[in-house]
Amino acid sequence: MIGGLFIYNHKGEVLISRVYRDDIGYVFQDVVGWRNAVDAFRVNVIHARQQVRSPVTNIARTSFFHVKRSNIWLAAVTKQNVNAAMVFEFLYKMCDVMTAYFGKISEENIKNNFVLIYELLDEILDFGYPQNSETGALKTFITQQGIKGQTKEEQSQITSQVTGQIGWRREGIKYRRNELFLDVLESVNLLMSPQGQVLSAHVSGRVVMKSYLSGMPECKFGMNDKIVIDKQGKGGASDDAGKSGKQSIAIDDCTFHQCVRLSKFDSERSISFIPPDGEYELMRYRTTKDIILPFRVIPLVREVGRTKLEVKVVIKSNFKPSLLAQKIEVRIPTPLNTSGVQVICMKGKAKYKASENAIVWKIKRMAGMKESQISAEIELLPTNDKKKWARPPISMNFEVPFAPSGLKVRYLKVFESKLNYSDHDVIKWVRYIGRSGIYETRC
Amino acid sequence: MGPVHTVYGPALLCAGAGCSQQFGAQPQWIWFLSSSYVGAHSTTLMPTVSKGDGMRGLAVFISDIRNCKSKEAEIKRINKELANIRSKFKGDKALDGYSKKKYVCKLLFIFLLGHDIDFGHMEAVNLLSSNKYTEKQIGYLFISVLVNSNSDLIRLINNGIKNDLASRNPTFMNLALHCIANVGSREMAEAFAFEIPSILVAGDTMDSVKQSAALCLLRLNRTSPDLVPMGEWTARVVHLLNDQHLGVVTAATSLITTLAQKSPDDFKTSISLAVARLSRIVTSASIDLQDYTYYFVAAPWLSVKLLRLLQCYPPPEDAALRSRLTECLETILNKAQEPPKSKKVQHSNAKNAVLFEAISLIIHHDSEPTLLVRACNQLGQFLQHRETNLRYLALESMCTLASSEFSHEAVKTHIDTVINALKTERDVSVRQRAVDLLYAMCDRSNAKQIVAEMLSYLETADYSIREEIVLKVAILAEKYAVDYTWYVDTILNLIRVAGDYVSEEVWYRVIQIVINRDDVQGYAAKTVFEALQAPACHENLVKVGGYILGEFGNLIAGDSRSSPLVQFSLLHSKFHLCSVPTRALLLSAYIKFINLFPEVKATIQDVLRSDSQLRNADVELQQRAVEYLKLSCIASTDILATVLEEMPPFPERESSILAKLKRKKGPGKLPDIDENRRNVNGSSEHSENTDTTNKVSYVLNLNSSPSTGPSLLVDVFSDSSTSASVDVSEDNFSRFVCKNNGVIYENQLLQIGLKSEYRQNLGRIYVFYGNKTSTQFLSFSSFVTSSDILKTHILHCLIASYPIIEGGAQVQQILNIECVSDFTDAPVLNIQFRYGGTLQNIAVKLPVMLNKFFQPTEMTSQDFFQRWKQLGAPQQEVQKIFKAQHPMDTDVTKAKILGFGVALLDGVDPNPANFVGAGVIHTKSTQVGCLLRLEPNAQAQMYRLTLRTSRESVSQRLCELLGEQF
Repeated sequence: MIGGLFIYNHKGEVLISRVYRDDIGYVFQDVVGWRNAVDAFRVNVIHARQQVRSPVTNIARTSFFHVKRSNIWLAAVTKQNVNAAMVFEFLYKMCDVMTAYFGKISEENIKNNFVLIYELLDEILDFGYPQNSETGALKTFITQQGIKGQTKEEQSQITSQVTGQIGWRREGIKYRRNELFLDVLESVNLLMSPQGQVLSAHVSGRVVMKSYLSGMPECKFGMNDKIVIDKQGKGGASDDAGKSGKQSIAIDDCTFHQCVRLSKFDSERSISFIPPDGEYELMRYRTTKDIILPFRVIPLVREVGRTKLEVKVVIKSNFKPSLLAQKIEVRIPTPLNTSGVQVICMKGKAKYKASENAIVWKIKRMAGMKESQISAEIELLPTNDKKKWARPPISMNFEVPFAPSGLKVRYLKVFESKLNYSDHDVIKWVRYIGRSGIYETRC
Repeated sequence: MGPVHTVYGPALLCAGAGCSQQFGAQPQWIWFLSSSYVGAHSTTLMPTVSKGDGMRGLAVFISDIRNCKSKEAEIKRINKELANIRSKFKGDKALDGYSKKKYVCKLLFIFLLGHDIDFGHMEAVNLLSSNKYTEKQIGYLFISVLVNSNSDLIRLINNGIKNDLASRNPTFMNLALHCIANVGSREMAEAFAFEIPSILVAGDTMDSVKQSAALCLLRLNRTSPDLVPMGEWTARVVHLLNDQHLGVVTAATSLITTLAQKSPDDFKTSISLAVARLSRIVTSASIDLQDYTYYFVAAPWLSVKLLRLLQCYPPPEDAALRSRLTECLETILNKAQEPPKSKKVQHSNAKNAVLFEAISLIIHHDSEPTLLVRACNQLGQFLQHRETNLRYLALESMCTLASSEFSHEAVKTHIDTVINALKTERDVSVRQRAVDLLYAMCDRSNAKQIVAEMLSYLETADYSIREEIVLKVAILAEKYAVDYTWYVDTILNLIRVAGDYVSEEVWYRVIQIVINRDDVQGYAAKTVFEALQAPACHENLVKVGGYILGEFGNLIAGDSRSSPLVQFSLLHSKFHLCSVPTRALLLSAYIKFINLFPEVKATIQDVLRSDSQLRNADVELQQRAVEYLKLSCIASTDILATVLEEMPPFPERESSILAKLKRKKGPGKLPDIDENRRNVNGSSEHSENTDTTNKVSYVLNLNSSPSTGPSLLVDVFSDSSTSASVDVSEDNFSRFVCKNNGVIYENQLLQIGLKSEYRQNLGRIYVFYGNKTSTQFLSFSSFVTSSDILKTHILHCLIASYPIIEGGAQVQQILNIECVSDFTDAPVLNIQFRYGGTLQNIAVKLPVMLNKFFQPTEMTSQDFFQRWKQLGAPQQEVQKIFKAQHPMDTDVTKAKILGFGVALLDGVDPNPANFVGAGVIHTKSTQVGCLLRLEPNAQAQMYRLTLRTSRESVSQRLCELLGEQF
């Protein structure tokens, strides 16, 4: 039960404020009520002296949940003991919806669309309870063009769809070409010790689907989930049980789009659903075992006296030579008393960025099973500060065309009984993208 | 950067040198003060900054920072700039002074934005040696702001400062002095504390430098008073009061005031100079002071400071001086009557500041009745002034005036105004002062009026001051009660009006007084009974009612309207609305009823028997119900009458209410008559005495009213009587004969622990004082006394003292002892402190005994007996046969003998059960060998102790000490 939702710009000025419940103001004992809650967040979070790390702040027994998109703060306020995960889910959803409507979330865009945003807020939250936040469905009746002269039939259709059992898909969709795009997007997070020991690693992934299918198709999605594969292995198919068992992955936890029939997943662990039209996120998951780490970073830092530091970093790509990693960026932090840097690298471009206190090494492309090296000489200014340099970890960014978790899409079957197209007629596209999350190596 | 230094330089100087005014509610005063110093520099000394010196790079950087959209962007810009400066400071190429200054400025700016700066200090220090004013100034600024005292560079900095101080260039000297004052660290004090006084008093020093030197010295004196040497310069500093330059005089006055507080005797000569100076300012036509005339007021700061300085001393003894001072004060008072020369608020502020300081001097001296009365009248005018600050200050000053015997009557004439202020004033802090003043001006003649006004005000009073008003009303009612029916009425009214704010102490006190005075008991019972009939009454009233009716219900039982049964049902109707403690009290009242009125016994027993009592979830209530029920059933009327007899009168104690009020207000703030006299008078003893006689007369007056029993209410005036003789505690003394560490004294407030160590004729005792309460002990002092005889035998000195011990804290003192010759008595440790307003005196006998100076001596059996025989003279041996007081345990006995200080010799005595020891007592003059033998007799539970030493007195004393231990 969200009490209210506020959107601030970077200065802490309120751009949007929508209050759903009266209770949020009363703690602050003021006639103006919620105004104080707004101020409390601005003073304690946006203008806080220290950087606020926690996304949840409790001020005067009122909880503020915030997310930040570029310079914009979205804060949900509540006095009750709500499910924090639900609130954040809602906030992310809210961001998605706004992006779908008017593109990038920026102060300018919010100011230009504030009527729309209030309209959306009225629709997706009711007395603080989240309602339908499916962009596709919302777009049928909340538009940026003003009210179209909708006919009675159309209106009743919208009503029956939104309130019906399958609120996320309307009937009577028709495509000449039935097409389907499946993206497996993963971000891999790593913390490695200087000796190359993995201290923590996990992959969080999303399966994003774009479907252009006619009618009310029933879909079934299959992947190399260990539990499913093992079950099948037991059932029969003994010939490739060993092989597929090896390639299967253990999913730690996953969440699904509302269209997925959870009862079926619980009983058979099969993912079946009637997809919404257009783009949506089918599932989200996390794995921690048997992660393929696309890159290995080998740092070597040597202190030569008090005024010089030698840094050598080797990166090794660890995937099939036929694949190409892109947008590789290695960020090597420099001490705070750096007074000059000389860099030599074999590949790509490297530069000392004083404003960020780091050497940034960029490589456009790199094939698998290769290695590259950078060496830098850092001159230091002797200081009278006794503090030792904390040596923050070297971090890395990249993009690889495979799923580091090892997830494979096995099938995606489409059944549409009423219309006459079969699974074979649907054109399906699958793409894997592995990105770096927080990919750090200590030095 | 321009704005940064103009603000920093003077502001820091001002803060460092502490030129703030007490009457400084008006910020422009401080501003003026600081700018007056700067004004002197900038006009005459400071080279003007040429246009080319503007430091463009810095301006660009600052505007870049200001244009940053977000914090992140700002941090990025700063990181970039820092990297740039680092590369510039790398050291491979020398920087010119200008760029050095520019980069140091940038670093300073970055630091002031809240970022850490860990380099550039060296460059800043280099700037100190520059010859250009602006470079030097930036160097000093950076050092004042950024260099911490334990830096490695401190020697270089000190060197730079030293050079500048020696340079004879007044601008540079000033910069150096400002830097010392702003940093004010111990290192700086150590390095320059000797130099600055000589600069200050040197004949050829420029005025502006003298001014800075005085303020710098003041700052050092505040931060590390122990390092500033007092010497022959002090006498010459006093003469700075005669200086031509008023700025120097102002600075010097601040310094002298602080020094005079530390050692008043050294600066006595300043009185006459200050008076002379003051009279010259006050009587001068304002033209001849030029720069120092502020909105038509002549040198207000200097006047205020001089008046403040005079407050460090009693009124001058020299009659001429005294009359001159009186004349000054009169002039100031006269000037207050003159029509204002300007409508500007600064004019009246300045004028009033001087006036108020003059009034506080008058109050401090407390010797000129005419002045006091005039001051009072002047304040009376302010009471109706439209300026809130003035009303506040007038009320506050009047509070102190009210405690002076000369002006008390004069203050009383304003009672109506004050009461009016209480009712109409909008500002709660002013109302609070009005309450304080009413409290202070209250005496027997107007007590009834004041208490009534306070009571009626209480109904609408601000919540934050209600509790305090309640306490004050309670105290006044008690203190000035002639007629106790009035007292009872007042307190019951108090409970009715502000029940929630009536603390336990207040209603305890009512009951104590009613119980101790049988003439009001009947009236109290009647009033309480009537008050209880109100449909809703406060729980505290129920408590008082329950108690009083339980005790004295019989006195009103004759009236059919308040028959026993009516009384009981009235009380019981409140029972269910009360909290557990009150219910418990009511149950006790019921059992008392059973005794008082046998006719209601059955009713009450029914009540007690009911399940809600007998099976109450609360253990206390249940137990009371069960016990009272049984008691009423079993005991005969005789027994019941004995058990439930009327409460005996309470012993007189310090009034807990007064203690509470003092605790609440903190010491010194309370405009209580007793308290303030002490503060105000300081050294003048005679009025202290009149004060006491005053009190005594009050007490007598109260007691002469028809009453019996012990004297009542003496405790209200507690302080005066407690400082009499105190019993010396020696409870734990004997325990320390055989041990060195432990707790020597403990009461509810204080615990004193000892840890001692001795070597030869020297000893050291660590005394630990532990404050067991949660409030602080104030004016804590401790000293060691010993009898005259004892003084010739031991020497002692106490190190370290603490005026305040925080609640729950422990402090340590060290006592060094030297034994000159043998002794018998023990020194006494005297402790005095204020706890919650009362003076506590504690005296503890310190366990310094002869045997502590023992050195154990090991010797063989042969040696032992040889010496034993040598000490055979009858007066050298002392023997004692005594009964064992403790179980005879060999190990314990051994431990005790070892603890006594001698060596325990095994296998010397043919009888293994006996104990034999040897040792030497070290005193400064002699050493006394000592042999002892202890023969236990297990059957008879007796001991025989034999001691042989070379001195008779030593033998005697040791035998006494050891003999009590077994």
